[in-house]
Amino acid sequence: MTLETESTVQSPAAQAESAAGSAPASVANASGLNAGASRLTEIIVVTSGKGGVGKTTTSASLACGLAKRGKKVAVIDFDIGLRNLDLVMGCERRVVYDFVNVIHGDCTLKQALIKDKRLDTLYILAASQTRDKDALNVEGVRRVLDELIADGFDYIICDSPAGIEKGAHLAMYYADRAIVVVNPEVSSVRDSDRVLGLLSSKTYRAEKGDTKVKEHLLLTRYSPRRVATGEMMSVEDVKEILGVDVIGVIPESADVLSASNAGTPVILHSQSDVAQAYEDTVRRLLGEDLPLRFLQEPKRGFLARMFGG
Amino acid sequence: MGLLAFFRRTPPTASVAKERLRIIVAQERTNRGGPDYLPLLRRELFEVIKKYVNVDADAIQVNLGKEEGHDVLEFSVALPGSESRA
Repeated sequence: MTLETESTVQSPAAQAESAAGSAPASVANASGLNAGASRLTEIIVVTSGKGGVGKTTTSASLACGLAKRGKKVAVIDFDIGLRNLDLVMGCERRVVYDFVNVIHGDCTLKQALIKDKRLDTLYILAASQTRDKDALNVEGVRRVLDELIADGFDYIICDSPAGIEKGAHLAMYYADRAIVVVNPEVSSVRDSDRVLGLLSSKTYRAEKGDTKVKEHLLLTRYSPRRVATGEMMSVEDVKEILGVDVIGVIPESADVLSASNAGTPVILHSQSDVAQAYEDTVRRLLGEDLPLRFLQEPKRGFLARMFGG
Repeated sequence: MGLLAFFRRTPPTASVAKERLRIIVAQERTNRGGPDYLPLLRRELFEVIKKYVNVDADAIQVNLGKEEGHDVLEFSVALPGSESRA
């Protein structure tokens, strides 16, 4: 796969500065897109390698959590051919144009962005259902991201497809930050390590020798009870194997399925442990330092024990 | 919870998973970072060593590391009954 893109125009002063190892603060977290201009947009890829670990659930919830805090957020489904984010977000009947339509110039980006009905600053860009694997390309993705940046979006969440093929590659290519969703299970952990390898070699930042993509692990489907009985690897085990910091732990819960059934991102089910764990993750993304919660089996009250609640 | 685990029918397997992952991840990372010839080099070394000593394939470790600005290629061969470094 060719990864040629037009070279970014960077001022000689900026080049000298980065060569001296002191990048100016305004571009410290810019991925080279619109480099030079003070860009405050952060591009976050939600990826995993393995399928079914909770990437789309996570993308939807993080996007909602950021938008709830007043951030202008776009969440993009990169899973070309298998559109799913729209269902999880509950806007499947409002999809008129999709990501590939925008790239091919069939419509404008504004026409394709679906405004969320619950949160004013949240927009969804649906995946195309085309079977053409080459529908996405690096230049097209870049144009869309550049336009979102110019529109003043604070966050762009890229929901990666499973695997390490083209869609996954393009989803991570321009990322400033990566959230690697991992289940405490052997194949998921191994695949995550492959993805971490790609993040450090096959991204725009890696290829340009720019500062690294910030990597975080997000453990999902975590069962404190099974960890306690030694049947499931713990947060510490996974962190130790992969050597990457953990930005959140999402407990295993039936609420995830009921939320997706209803088309409401699970973070909006505020009484749920899962929602609170995602809220914590969002706050950590925004720079807060919070201890991990839901690592212990919840203590059941007297009544719950009596009646098996 | 050790007691609880004791009474369960399935033995606790998380530690087995962790150990297997630790080994395979380390091995895959070595191959990933380094040049493409490392896996082949490792295989050919194995063939040569096997002519003289009966060792398992996983007894040979090939690591590419960095030390004070230069790359160091390190072989480690665990001989049966003893361990030595070449």
